[in-house]
Amino acid sequence: MSNMIKNAINREIPKYIEGIGELKAFGGAFAYNPEGKKAATKIPKTFTGKNKIIENIKTSLELCGIKNGMTISFHHHFRNGDYLVNMVVEEIDKMGIRDITLAASSLQSIHAPLIDYIKKGVITGIQTSGIRGKLGEVVSREKILDKPIIIRSHGGRPRAIESGETKIDIAFIAAPAADAYGNVNGVEGPTACGAMGYAMTDAEYADKVVVVTDYLVPYPACPISITQTLVDYVVVVDEIGNPKGIVSDATRITKNPMELLIAQKASEAIITSGLIREGFSFQAGSGGASLGVAHFLRQKMRQEGITGSFAAGGITGYLVDMLEEGLFKSLLDVQCFDLKAIESIKNNPNHMEMSASFYANPHNKGCVANQLDIMVLSATEIDLDFNVNVITGSNGIVMGASGGHSDTAAGSKLSIVVAPLLRGRLPIVVDEATNVITPGETIDAVITERGIAVNPKRKDLLDLFKDAKLGVMSIYDLKEIAEKLVGKPRKIETTDEIVGLIEYRDGTIIDTIRRAK
Amino acid sequence: MEITTIGRAGTLESNDVMITVDFTKDDGLIIEIESIVAAQFEEQIRAAIHEVLEDMRISKGHIQVVDKGALDFAIKARLKTAIKRAEGGNQS
Repeated sequence: MSNMIKNAINREIPKYIEGIGELKAFGGAFAYNPEGKKAATKIPKTFTGKNKIIENIKTSLELCGIKNGMTISFHHHFRNGDYLVNMVVEEIDKMGIRDITLAASSLQSIHAPLIDYIKKGVITGIQTSGIRGKLGEVVSREKILDKPIIIRSHGGRPRAIESGETKIDIAFIAAPAADAYGNVNGVEGPTACGAMGYAMTDAEYADKVVVVTDYLVPYPACPISITQTLVDYVVVVDEIGNPKGIVSDATRITKNPMELLIAQKASEAIITSGLIREGFSFQAGSGGASLGVAHFLRQKMRQEGITGSFAAGGITGYLVDMLEEGLFKSLLDVQCFDLKAIESIKNNPNHMEMSASFYANPHNKGCVANQLDIMVLSATEIDLDFNVNVITGSNGIVMGASGGHSDTAAGSKLSIVVAPLLRGRLPIVVDEATNVITPGETIDAVITERGIAVNPKRKDLLDLFKDAKLGVMSIYDLKEIAEKLVGKPRKIETTDEIVGLIEYRDGTIIDTIRRAK
Repeated sequence: MEITTIGRAGTLESNDVMITVDFTKDDGLIIEIESIVAAQFEEQIRAAIHEVLEDMRISKGHIQVVDKGALDFAIKARLKTAIKRAEGGNQS
């Protein structure tokens, strides 16, 4: 009997994978019903006098009982300035420990040294939202891991941790500031990163929690993001990260005329949808055109005196400006992108930190994504059923991240993808996307510089856009326009070997990543 | 006119192509293509090159294409210019 089965979007999914277990095929964005109870940690006890300060990472690993086969976790608020993942894995290797699963909220180019530790057998499993740089390339091209990597969304990751699917033995928290009793704040110290949203679920559900900081502050480390009640040990090191890789000074609106044009068209479409009204909520993904949309909506909000209820997600200085101008009542923030956002979350009570579970987990009693009116998303590829790829390039190499893409697409009232019709010579609208992160049933429209396509299941939107003469065409027309300009790209051949599993936010498998040739 | 020199046109900017035509070599027609979209478009790039060469009745020389995702019309225009520069003896 074949081990493969076709899921609801016609992707071939294995039923079972050695070392991972039985897999559930994606059955539709809202189809899966979770069962059972949430995971729990052992009951600890701690009395007066406990000293949590440990001299170094090695000792903390020993005290946590590190052994072969364990799962350790990390969060990615330090982005490409993170030193901690490499430091900890190096120590684990020196101790002769092998077969470790790395459950990271995301991995960046700076984590390329992991390649050697994978080849040595120190790391045998990776769970992450995305991988950038050399590590992504090697994982995709060479089968350096026996088990496929697991790609999870920002909501899918806390879901997996809370359900016990990912059992974290030791969580490492890179703390911009911490006190000796384990309280963490993200807004002080040389590596201030602001919100600590991705680390919160790890701290709650891991058996052991180690805080690593280079900025020890007097007790208590207010404003506290992760509390002492969850933390076993505190390690002080010289440097936990490079501030230059963590934040930029300020995130600016794109000057790229093509991105501005797309952003302008997108804002026209959003306004036409009728959702820009008192109390509306908004989120925009990363990428030049996405933030550009906020810029055009801001003008509309000023003109008509409209105040939004909240903007959410990763927060930039631009959204802080809108908060301070009174255009949004609050910001709900899982990750700060620039210094201005960090200053704001530190000082403005209406700029609130949220955990990844609060933000996007489908299996709690209601995440913030469910409260979104408007979500602006990017895409590497979008197929004729509106399925979106943001994880692999069209060459099949893992180069991006799942992020909150599928979570916010499913949660929001209006989810629109903004993308240029062509990137270089590559069309964005394709017959079949290299991979799928977000199912088309949760995408309402795609906005390009040459036209707008509306998902046929949103006939209401289609009529509104047509009446407003927004340049609506079918997604097939968009594909044809692109192919007339550049020709038809040859389909990339991959092998049958599965190097990655893409989990939908509910834990079902929406796609596999095949080894690139 | 006897063609004897090297001509170059284009840039390495994204969506452009740099083409170098060398007519000083006498060992037939050699076309080398290096492209960021080779996997998807190498055959189409090669076809565009051949179309120009046939139009201009060129059957020998070394043609080096370094492509950053240029569309066919740009590839053809860069190649024609590179050939004209080579024909003009213009070492650019």
